[in-house]
Amino acid sequence: MSTPGYPIAPDPNVPWTGALRRYDLIKEVVIATLVVLLLTIGCSLIFSSPDDKPVTIASWSAADPGDFLTTAVSELNNTSGTATYGPPYTHVAGSGQNLIGGISLQRIVGVHIPIKAPQVFVLDPLHIVAQTDPALTTVLGEYESASTSDQTKWTDAYTAALPKAIFKGSSVTLPAGHYGPVGPMMSALLAQARAGGLDGALISSDRFYQSDFTRALLFLADGGYLESLAGSQHLQGSQWGMMNETGNYPGQAWLWLYTFWYQVPPFSTSDNADAQIWGLMALFSAAFICIPFIPGLRSIPRAVPVYRLIWRDYYRRAER
Amino acid sequence: MSSGAERPTWTSHLRRQVASMPPEKLLPDTQPVYVASWIYVFGALTIGAFIVVLLSGAVIAMAGPSWWHHSSFGHFINSTHLWSTEFFFAFMVIHLWGKFFMAAWRGRRRLTWVTGAVAFLISIPIAFTGYLSQQNFDSQWIGGQAKDGINATGAGAFFNVLNFGQMLLWHAVLLPLFVGLLIAGHVILVRRRGVVPPLPGKGGA
Repeated sequence: MSTPGYPIAPDPNVPWTGALRRYDLIKEVVIATLVVLLLTIGCSLIFSSPDDKPVTIASWSAADPGDFLTTAVSELNNTSGTATYGPPYTHVAGSGQNLIGGISLQRIVGVHIPIKAPQVFVLDPLHIVAQTDPALTTVLGEYESASTSDQTKWTDAYTAALPKAIFKGSSVTLPAGHYGPVGPMMSALLAQARAGGLDGALISSDRFYQSDFTRALLFLADGGYLESLAGSQHLQGSQWGMMNETGNYPGQAWLWLYTFWYQVPPFSTSDNADAQIWGLMALFSAAFICIPFIPGLRSIPRAVPVYRLIWRDYYRRAER
Repeated sequence: MSSGAERPTWTSHLRRQVASMPPEKLLPDTQPVYVASWIYVFGALTIGAFIVVLLSGAVIAMAGPSWWHHSSFGHFINSTHLWSTEFFFAFMVIHLWGKFFMAAWRGRRRLTWVTGAVAFLISIPIAFTGYLSQQNFDSQWIGGQAKDGINATGAGAFFNVLNFGQMLLWHAVLLPLFVGLLIAGHVILVRRRGVVPPLPGKGGA
């Protein structure tokens, strides 16, 4: 027998007819908001928030000109990360991650943000400079009219010589070699980058206003400089990077399960890790939403006596 | 032959729905006696944090997305936006765990759970697009990393994490509007069905 107004097994399908208590909903929400506001202001005053300056193409080319030129040549000869990426940026046969078996949503959707790496990252920006530099115009003409095999021969030779390059300001000196027009082209691109011109060239469009940084960010991501800075801040994928942010801040802690999979086999060594982990998380998310409909999962609360703790005062009266 | 006025219309259906939620049901001043645990506070705390997130975001929106980089007051407001977001997620997760252990979907309350769970999942891209809209090193790095995951799903062709303008609008308009509507619907469902009663006690069914 239970206490009146405290049924031992209340029916959740019918409106409550048992004992009531006074409850001020608006007061609770107002006080809760004020408490959060005070906590927020306190944390903001004590801990502030991170705001590390963004890397520019100018700062990258000044800090690590070797990495900058290595990246630029890889764009020119179509071997960079972006050039070989596949959808949604480039048409590369067989590229794109597989979700399961040979099924790739990436390939099915296809190229929607086309990027021609040699033109976008090297040739088009150099053509801007060439408008006031006749010698560069001649050099660009020589490169663009050359055969693909000659272009490859020049870029390969330049790439091989870059580790021995000596940098002084905006100038680069390489050992003697058969670089063809690639040598003066890369020197001009380095000078353009250090002056800030490449930052502007990569975000410009045929319209005055712009808000799309895809090309500039892809170029930065193709290099090793941004990654080395991120590594020093423990932000790389193997360092739980997706949920961290610069400095000692909590970051996106709610991404812990998503980030976790990148740390463990088979995902940590899979070429299709992104597609597989997103597929897995989609299944988990669907299961989370559908808990009330999944036999077994929806019965867990009855087996775990946490509810007895939550309603301990109620049960004390009901079971008296 | 029946008159047109007797047939149910979309308007009459909406009127019945509104009438089923009189003010005393929407804004009650009593609750069942079992609504007496600290775990119930976390729902209100989540809403409180959401309000602070919206207010701090509104201040940044009024001054523009670059303002906080060159204003000490702007940086403080950005800090409040960050920390209220952290509290929003912390309180929401505690609220969700509490509702899970109460099996709060019992008694035709499954849609209440579903709206809450979807609100939690949609809140993740709100925060994520916020990080992409910061215009600092974190934005650059997170965008560069995240593009691979989103591209792998095929969605990257339409949801370009490297497009600042697109991400800012998703962050400041579309996703908050969606989550705001979900939270409103969630609260109305809680008020309509009432707070789920305790699971059967010892000796109960």
